Amino acid sequence: MYDFKLPDLGEGIHEGEILEWHVTVGQSVAEDDPLVEIETDKAAVTIPSPRAGVVVATNGDVGEVVKVGQVLVSIEDNGASASSGAVAVAASASSASETAPGVTASTRSTPTAPAASAPRSSASAASASSTAATSSGKSVPAKGAGSVAQPASAPRVSAAPVALTAPVASVPLADRNRPVPAAPATRRLARELGVDLYAVVGSGPGGRVTAEDVERYAQGSAAPASATSTGGDAAARGAESADEAVSAEAFPEGGSAIPFLEVEPLPDFSRWGPVETEPVRSIRRKIAKRMVTSMVLVPHVCHMEEADVTELDELRRAEKGRLSSKPGGKLSLLPFVMRAVVRCLKDFPMFNASLDPFRGELVYKKYYHVGVAADTPRGLIVPVVRDADHRTVLELSAEVERLASAARDGSLGVEELQGGSFTITNVGAIGGTGMVPTINYPEVAILGLARAQQKPVVRNGRIDVRLLLPMTLAFDHRIADGANAARFMNQLVYLLADPRRLLLES
Amino acid sequence: MVMGTLTQEVEVVVVGAGPGGYPAAIRAADLGKEVMLIDERAELGGVCLIEGCIPSKALIHATELVEHAREASKFGISFGEITIDIKRLSAFRRSVIDSLTGGISMLCTKRNIEVVKGRARFVGSNQLAVEGGDVASVKFKHCIIATGSRPIVLPTAKDLDLWSSTEALELREVPKRLLVVGGGYIGLELGFVYATLGSEVSVVEMLPSLLTGVDSDLVRFVHKNAKRRFKELMLSTKVTGVRAVDGAYEVALEDKNGKRSATFDRVLVAIGRRPNSENLGLETTNVKVDGRGFIQVDETQRTADPRIFAIGDVVGGYMLAHKATREGKVAAGVIAGHAEAFDNRAIPAVVFTAPEVAWAGLTEAQAAEEKLDVTIGRFPLTALGRAKAMGQTDGMVKMIADRESQLILGVGIVGPHASELVAEAALAIEMGATLVDLEATIHPHPTISESLMEAAEVALGLPVHTLPPR
Repeated sequence: MYDFKLPDLGEGIHEGEILEWHVTVGQSVAEDDPLVEIETDKAAVTIPSPRAGVVVATNGDVGEVVKVGQVLVSIEDNGASASSGAVAVAASASSASETAPGVTASTRSTPTAPAASAPRSSASAASASSTAATSSGKSVPAKGAGSVAQPASAPRVSAAPVALTAPVASVPLADRNRPVPAAPATRRLARELGVDLYAVVGSGPGGRVTAEDVERYAQGSAAPASATSTGGDAAARGAESADEAVSAEAFPEGGSAIPFLEVEPLPDFSRWGPVETEPVRSIRRKIAKRMVTSMVLVPHVCHMEEADVTELDELRRAEKGRLSSKPGGKLSLLPFVMRAVVRCLKDFPMFNASLDPFRGELVYKKYYHVGVAADTPRGLIVPVVRDADHRTVLELSAEVERLASAARDGSLGVEELQGGSFTITNVGAIGGTGMVPTINYPEVAILGLARAQQKPVVRNGRIDVRLLLPMTLAFDHRIADGANAARFMNQLVYLLADPRRLLLES
Repeated sequence: MVMGTLTQEVEVVVVGAGPGGYPAAIRAADLGKEVMLIDERAELGGVCLIEGCIPSKALIHATELVEHAREASKFGISFGEITIDIKRLSAFRRSVIDSLTGGISMLCTKRNIEVVKGRARFVGSNQLAVEGGDVASVKFKHCIIATGSRPIVLPTAKDLDLWSSTEALELREVPKRLLVVGGGYIGLELGFVYATLGSEVSVVEMLPSLLTGVDSDLVRFVHKNAKRRFKELMLSTKVTGVRAVDGAYEVALEDKNGKRSATFDRVLVAIGRRPNSENLGLETTNVKVDGRGFIQVDETQRTADPRIFAIGDVVGGYMLAHKATREGKVAAGVIAGHAEAFDNRAIPAVVFTAPEVAWAGLTEAQAAEEKLDVTIGRFPLTALGRAKAMGQTDGMVKMIADRESQLILGVGIVGPHASELVAEAALAIEMGATLVDLEATIHPHPTISESLMEAAEVALGLPVHTLPPR
């Protein structure tokens, strides 16, 4: 029998959600027959069968998240075997732990996340909801009972709260072949909180992970709140001793849970009328996760301005016809704004930074990769224009066009979604007199553009009709202050008001 | 198809009431589940309680008493002629079993666990057929398979009336000449028992050492005593055939020097155990079984069939009661919706030979194989006051720790009460204790437990009762 594991899908993708099974148990398959449809952060992919045979088991229900290296399908050979396929899969599944052959060994050594389907915003909320699930086990309908009854098989919540809350992101993870030193009660706590012990830096002797280390890690999203209040201290201590900061000494004890925050289960809406439900799937779920992280973690402040883009727009219209056949020739206002924004980021570097609350450090980026929010049928995607400071307006326009169309047809590479240092979101094409965007964490700020409209403006004592572009800069008040934002926006308005300034100064 | 089959529905059904199954049933019941426990025996407790750990310990304790009495002359104490009444010894053994199985029944019934006698077989992923009981069919939400294992029989002598551990523990007779096939822990424990009871014991082992898998510096002490107490110790020797001749057995043996044969009154075969995974109807489920018959599970004890869990000997690994118990509690917890997993770092192993051997965590051989950078502290019982006072200085404690972090990775013990001492070692490993943790914990004086502290001191290079390395 051959256990087919979810192969490495490349581009750093390590999990996907089962969209649809093309096979059922007992079915014969030929090599390359479609087995299952998996949706990743990037796109839906069809996984073909590596060999011919009879499917004896399928693992995972529709909607379940499977990780690379997890057994997807078990196939009983019909004699002839495609050994080359097996080798390729085994090699590509190297990211999963495969210490010994057989399901037993490999699954034992994989840290399993619990089915903590409750939000992990606070420890008490998670444990409260799991208790509720247990005690109500008998009365919930069949589907619910099923999910209650399968707590460990379904790591619906990814074990490590990836990038967003990883306090040790730049510390190498512990060797997964060796156990993490931690007491049994601590290990259980970690499992209950959905914490991957290997990602936690132990503060005890010999690197022993304590219950406090686990709780602190689990409250990662709340911890920076308290770190903020002592941000100066933490930074100072971080400078003194990086080791100390890494070992989480920079966190003051207590105050990291959010008082009164308790996420209660939703009522049964069908009591009030017919409803239809739909699972929250990959991109939607990712957006939800990132937005909540940003809103919980970052004290947002918004600064609003209107740029007079009358002359800029005249230039744009004048040149557009001539350039229309060239790449980027569809020329909107956006690439001009990008050009100006890069100038402002260089002048006000705190808006091109990130605050690492776990190390107590500000990270100033010496590159200008500008994310541009794109509306796609699958939801919001933010592809990144690399090195925006090295591109002309026309080149920026072409790159935005390319990325936007790739985003719409799902052909973006993962690297094209990573590494942004600032984001611009432009809803102007659709409409709106203004909006308050949410920061694309861990960036510091996001610029929201609404619809440019002609408005009466008093200039030199007269009323003129001018084209005004409403802009909102939402920024992280931990890093920047209102005065910094006002200066940033003044500079931006100044540059956009006259194309010659853009030419001269950006 | 039987008409009018009575199908009962239950939340959790546990198949097998051994040291894995009955704790699983109890835990599941205490976590609010409606539980049925099925076993084909009339008594609960399984092999461990009825024909394994418990009766063997009754016999081992009794025969150790004999050995101590014989050695008492060195303290100036003499008892005169020692007589052994194996009928009364057997009755004592039986009374221990009865008392314990009765206790388990009480623990189950008071929790409203429905105990069913019968042989269960799957007829699908959510249903069992039960033969020979009041209940014919059970539909379940979750099932825990805890069917255990049984002794492997000698392939060359399948039809002969050879003993397995089961018969040996029934204490039917004390054979004059007993051959123990297998130098593992079961063979040696029973070999020592029968040697004390008066048998002339020979042990034959295919591999070059006794207790394969245990570090050789620990085995050394057992080997020495086995050579003293047994008539013959045949290592690297194969049994190539057994023939019944006039109420005795002629056994063909083969080692590097050639073939020979020897005659014994009884042959006890203790060459391992195999999982009870056949005839369970597993083919009607999605449960996967490996080539050796072990049911495959993940770290939550779940099989490939999400409703079905398996624990204990039938899933392989260390075939030990206490491993099964822990796995049973994990499975029950997971079924009740708790975030649990079998994530233990140390499964203590205990051998009730003379002297006892026990270890937990990494062995020295494993550390070498994995090329780990470890520091090892060995403390001989000859340097321990209490061992001297007891006149039992055969033994040592070995502590293996990671050199850099000083985390304790493994502990090996041989000597009096090794089986009790190893619990501290297991706790130390599970808790992530360092050498300093053990060294700085006050151990009562004068006890054998001090040897753990002393071994930690040796590993730290600061021994009190031995000389530090130069």
